[in-house]
Amino acid sequence: MREKATVLNESDMDRIVKRIAHEIIERNKGSNNLIFLGIQKKGIPLTERIKQHIENLEKTKISYGKLDISFYRDDINKKIKTDFNITDIPFEIKDKDIILVDDVLFTGRTIRAALDAIMDFGRPKSIQLVVLIDRGHRELPIRADYVGKNLPTSLNEYVEVKFKEIEGEDKVSICWI
Amino acid sequence: MELRNIISIDELNKEQILKIIESTIYFKEVLERDLKKVPALRGKTVVNLFYEPSTRTRTSFEIAAKRLSADVLNFAPSTSSLKKGETELDTIKTILAMKADLAVIRHKDSGFVKYISDNINIPVINGGDGRHSHPTQALLDLFTIYEHFKSMDKIEIAIVGDMLNSRVARSDILLFKQMGFSVFTVCPSMLLPEDMSYFGTENFNSIDDVIERCDVIYMLRMQFERQNRKLYPSVREYNRFFSLDISRFKKMKKGSILMHPGPVNRGIEIDGRILDMEEENMERIKISEQVSNGVAVRMSLLHYLLSQQ
Repeated sequence: MREKATVLNESDMDRIVKRIAHEIIERNKGSNNLIFLGIQKKGIPLTERIKQHIENLEKTKISYGKLDISFYRDDINKKIKTDFNITDIPFEIKDKDIILVDDVLFTGRTIRAALDAIMDFGRPKSIQLVVLIDRGHRELPIRADYVGKNLPTSLNEYVEVKFKEIEGEDKVSICWI
Repeated sequence: MELRNIISIDELNKEQILKIIESTIYFKEVLERDLKKVPALRGKTVVNLFYEPSTRTRTSFEIAAKRLSADVLNFAPSTSSLKKGETELDTIKTILAMKADLAVIRHKDSGFVKYISDNINIPVINGGDGRHSHPTQALLDLFTIYEHFKSMDKIEIAIVGDMLNSRVARSDILLFKQMGFSVFTVCPSMLLPEDMSYFGTENFNSIDDVIERCDVIYMLRMQFERQNRKLYPSVREYNRFFSLDISRFKKMKKGSILMHPGPVNRGIEIDGRILDMEEENMERIKISEQVSNGVAVRMSLLHYLLSQQ
């Protein structure tokens, strides 16, 4: 994959994390009933950063879990999928306000699968979606509540998100497929 | 890595084995949820064709398929048209005409499952054929060992008992050898198959020779139903050299585990009192854990074979 342009660097990503943290607190009038769920794999570092920032602002502890949506995908016949990740939700989600976090919002199919998966764990009060990049091309009626950056793309481009925790650097770029 | 059927262990390479074992962790997590079901195989149909009696393997496959939201059809030969003279292959083709996506087959004849899989066009998993192979049992055994020791390095394992009639032992030895374990057998010479040299394992004449050194003591079931003549002098004699009694159980190496594919003949291969201590000795006695892991491994296999069509 050949890189076409850098979209966000480390300090851009840092500012986005802080802004979204503030937006979440504002919208929810605090952080009392919040829990975080990161979608494996790139949703996890973003979840941890936003959660950490809210904890610092609110002087509180917030639970967070990890969600792998492999078993809920709708494209099972299209590709061999054996790189699973762990689902770890060590708390009750009933009547909680869930902040669901992923790196890129594209067709909406991942989020559809995540919503189904969450409902199997219980009945939350609400689910709000955070994404770092919204690249458009939705195939389902799904939208994000908190968006890091809207990034119009063409279908022969690919959005690559890197996190220090996984790739060793913070960077978002557009690449040619 | 194209894998269509699971017929015997020697058809799997190390990479495929590791992939299956490592994926199993994630399927096991599903079994620990409050709602123990995911929609991964919704709309798929798994047919269980068991020509031989089985409780744990058939129910294990059935529950594994149901946990993944597949539909399950259980075929019982005693109530079928086999009684009316239809051949086995024709019966199976009839069932497949009802649009099954995968078949799990168990049969008393070695090679039967291979024969069927060569003649039908859906994936087949061997649920045990004669004395030949029981690959899903071997994989769940490997997963149980991997889960306990958190690695597969330098494992020494002794397989004890009726080697002659055991498809479990044949599949286990092949799999453990491929993963680099040191495998020993402990077996009376009358119950030792002639082809043992194929497996290249060292045989001992008493369980006392291995009990203190091995990481895994794997007791086999005495298969009375496959023995058409008596191959050892008496139960008392067998107990003296090959059974796991309380004093031998206490001599097992620190951190080692006891396994058995079930069902256990109490008082033959294992003293019944040891089984009754399982709840207080979960770290050592893995017999129930093997059953739980069996469901997870079979979920992993069903998903693997059905997701690449």
